Amino acid sequence: MSVIYLLISISIIVAIVFLTAFIKAVRSGQYDDDYTPSVRMLFDDELKITEKPKPKEEEKQI
Amino acid sequence: MGNKCFHCGLDIIPCDEIFFDNRSFCCKGCKTVYDIFSSNGLSSYYDLEKSPGATPLMENGKYDFLDNEKIAATLLDFSEGDTQIISLHIPHIHCSSCIWILENLRRIKPEILSSQVTFHEKKVRITFNSSEISLKEVVLLLCSIGYEPYISLEDYGNTAAKTDRSLTYKLGVAFFCFGNIMLLSFPEYFEHKEFWLDQYRGFFRWLIFALALPSFFYSANGYYIAAISSIRAGRLNIEIPIALGIVVMFIRSTADLLMDHGPGFFDSMTGLIFFMLLGKMFQMKTYRFLNFERDFKSYFPIAVTRIIANGAEENVPVYEIAKGDRLLIRNFEIIPADGILISNSATIDYSFVTGEAVPVSKLSGDKVFAGGRQIGGAIEMETIQTVSQSYLTQLWSNEIFQKENMQRYRNITDTMSRYFTPVLLLIAFAGFGWWIFKDTDIAFNVFTAVLIVACPCALALTAPFTLGNVIRLMGKSKYYLKNTQVIEQMAKVDTIVFDKTGTITTGSKSAITYDGQVITTQQRVWIKNVLRTSNHPLSRMLYDYFPENDKVTVTDFLETPGKGIAGVVSGHQIQIGSEAFTGQNGSSNILKTMVYVTIDDVRLGRFIFHNEYRPGLSGLFTSLQKKYTVKVLSGDNEGERAYLEKLLPGIELIFNKKPEEKLEFIKKLQQQGHNVMMVGDGLNDAGALAQSNVGIAVSENINVFSPACDAIVDAAELNRLDRFMVLSKKAMGTIYMSFGLSLLYNIIGLSFAVTGNLLPIMAAVIMPLSTITIISFVTVVSNFYARMLNVTHVREKSDGRHILSKQANLILTPKTTI
Repeated sequence: MSVIYLLISISIIVAIVFLTAFIKAVRSGQYDDDYTPSVRMLFDDELKITEKPKPKEEEKQI
Repeated sequence: MGNKCFHCGLDIIPCDEIFFDNRSFCCKGCKTVYDIFSSNGLSSYYDLEKSPGATPLMENGKYDFLDNEKIAATLLDFSEGDTQIISLHIPHIHCSSCIWILENLRRIKPEILSSQVTFHEKKVRITFNSSEISLKEVVLLLCSIGYEPYISLEDYGNTAAKTDRSLTYKLGVAFFCFGNIMLLSFPEYFEHKEFWLDQYRGFFRWLIFALALPSFFYSANGYYIAAISSIRAGRLNIEIPIALGIVVMFIRSTADLLMDHGPGFFDSMTGLIFFMLLGKMFQMKTYRFLNFERDFKSYFPIAVTRIIANGAEENVPVYEIAKGDRLLIRNFEIIPADGILISNSATIDYSFVTGEAVPVSKLSGDKVFAGGRQIGGAIEMETIQTVSQSYLTQLWSNEIFQKENMQRYRNITDTMSRYFTPVLLLIAFAGFGWWIFKDTDIAFNVFTAVLIVACPCALALTAPFTLGNVIRLMGKSKYYLKNTQVIEQMAKVDTIVFDKTGTITTGSKSAITYDGQVITTQQRVWIKNVLRTSNHPLSRMLYDYFPENDKVTVTDFLETPGKGIAGVVSGHQIQIGSEAFTGQNGSSNILKTMVYVTIDDVRLGRFIFHNEYRPGLSGLFTSLQKKYTVKVLSGDNEGERAYLEKLLPGIELIFNKKPEEKLEFIKKLQQQGHNVMMVGDGLNDAGALAQSNVGIAVSENINVFSPACDAIVDAAELNRLDRFMVLSKKAMGTIYMSFGLSLLYNIIGLSFAVTGNLLPIMAAVIMPLSTITIISFVTVVSNFYARMLNVTHVREKSDGRHILSKQANLILTPKTTI
């Protein structure tokens, strides 16, 4: 039954890991802007810096 | 696509329509932006959102001050070597297209290394290579694509304030402790006499104790500090019983643990700390795109053009202006300091500063006051005061602006706790006194149990959750409150004072009526064409008033500043202007703004300019009048009195009030024992807004500027003010009801406590039960009231944003396009 000491200790350690992860995330400013990243991730990466598609070709869909 | 502009979505005036690349545009500016985007492969801009753009507005020389390194340095966030970083506030940011285009700036100009948008704050942070592109060029690029940044004196030397995240940390720690303790306490809630439990009891209990420490010492420390400071100040607020409850709980539980009496109340204690911090968090609804603390600084420019001895121009920071400097004020720039006009004439719009609806004409030698906006060509002036000593800025030296963040009012929870705390202590000591003669052990138990169970957790949660919910409901209908205290203050208001110009009138439009002979279609064409040449604000308004018609050539056009305009069309002499200018005389009412018209020296008639009042105004006033004393306080002249009396019967109207007089007026009402709400919009109301119990700023474009206030309301929603007022009262009613509910729980808990029967499990049940019922009760009830009053119903506005921003642009920025 003494395995309970081990299991509880592990569970507490896991919880502490999550707490530190949370504090780190807050400190890094991840929660300061909760909207822009959600929009940003939906943008296509289709535009490469070097690429300059001709304007008239890709506008037809509107 | 109909006849809407492909770029900005505004209606296209048929004769101005521009076809380009199979799309139609309303003006050259919009077309140019489209051209920039499409030639850089950025036309996805139009795929993400329909017609997301704004017409680019450009005034030569407006951003020349950015070449001044000293000014640029104060604006930059970071500058080292060739890399510079700047954060700019861009009011137009409103959709995903905006984010996309601003984050792809480097595609238009590769010298820009990266850019990142913070949507809620409407800010973009741009990193650029300063050896290849200057700050001014970056700003001009933004202007050219319709994203003009708003740079004001407020940004001068302003370092970004560090955000305080300690509440989030505390909440995280509290939740960690609470969750783990709950889990570890579970065995104790069940069987008591079991071998398995007895064997590990010590381990579990000491682990719980260890986990309770961070919650007790770190998460809850705000309550101890607040309690101590309120004891020092001699006030009984809610923090005292809370802190007392927590400390007693901790001590009693530790004692229980040491003497092996029982598991203690660590579970309840950490739960209570967690829920109360959650309430605090919920109450703090902040609108990051709004600023409730603005003063004249965010309205004033950061730099002006000074003319030095040899006629050369230089840009200087506004604070460096000295008496006697000659300044150059361009079209739509703000006069930063009081001075004397040197140029022949100027037309200055004081509507924001004094409340006068119509721009004032000034001639050489006249005094011009800080805060006015020059309309028309560039003017020269000589300052006679420094910025801080000017007429308008003096208002901010009033003591009302010095009391920063001082809690002026006692909130509802504190009022309740004034009665609650003494009663609680009385019961605790009475219980202790009763038992002390029978059993000392039980006496101490009872004493601590009373303080634990009566810890006003539910009481303390009631107000944050109700008000936090109501503040969100109001925010949905574009009524933004600074904090939850404003709701309490709103419920107490008995007098409402409205400003006139810009508050109950619309800022951009003016209603025009005509009085005189019938104008033929032919004559209308002539008049409109003469008007077209003039840039005077009244001419522009009158021009817009006439329907579209043919363009004919005007010859011999002459504009006499301050008087009127004249021109010859198809051989007919047209004169438009003041009474004297057009050679007319008759019964004149100088208070009204009128423009006279003569054709070939024959008097035709006159146009009378009225303020245009916001729709739904009489309905709002009638409904408010039933419960409140309503007054209108204006800085304008009495020209509108007769009309207003008809529109708003029975409302007291006060005219010709200067900014300080408005402040005094509110103060006087307060001295008579009234709780005053001030509804205003401009800088001239700033004093009155600060002095009043609740100051509400009305804004047509909430992103641009509003003076310091307690709440900001979107101008389109002003006519629903009465509903917000009712909702605030209902919210207070909800709080009282749930106070009753939480007291009920306290009484049940106390009945266990005074009889000495409080088991940890009882406390562990009552505490979350009361918390959850209170939270759900207040949320359900306040949502119900909001629905009943139809507050959260968001009105459909077809292209409302565009109309709104276009209007704002018309007032704030010149009409010239690139």
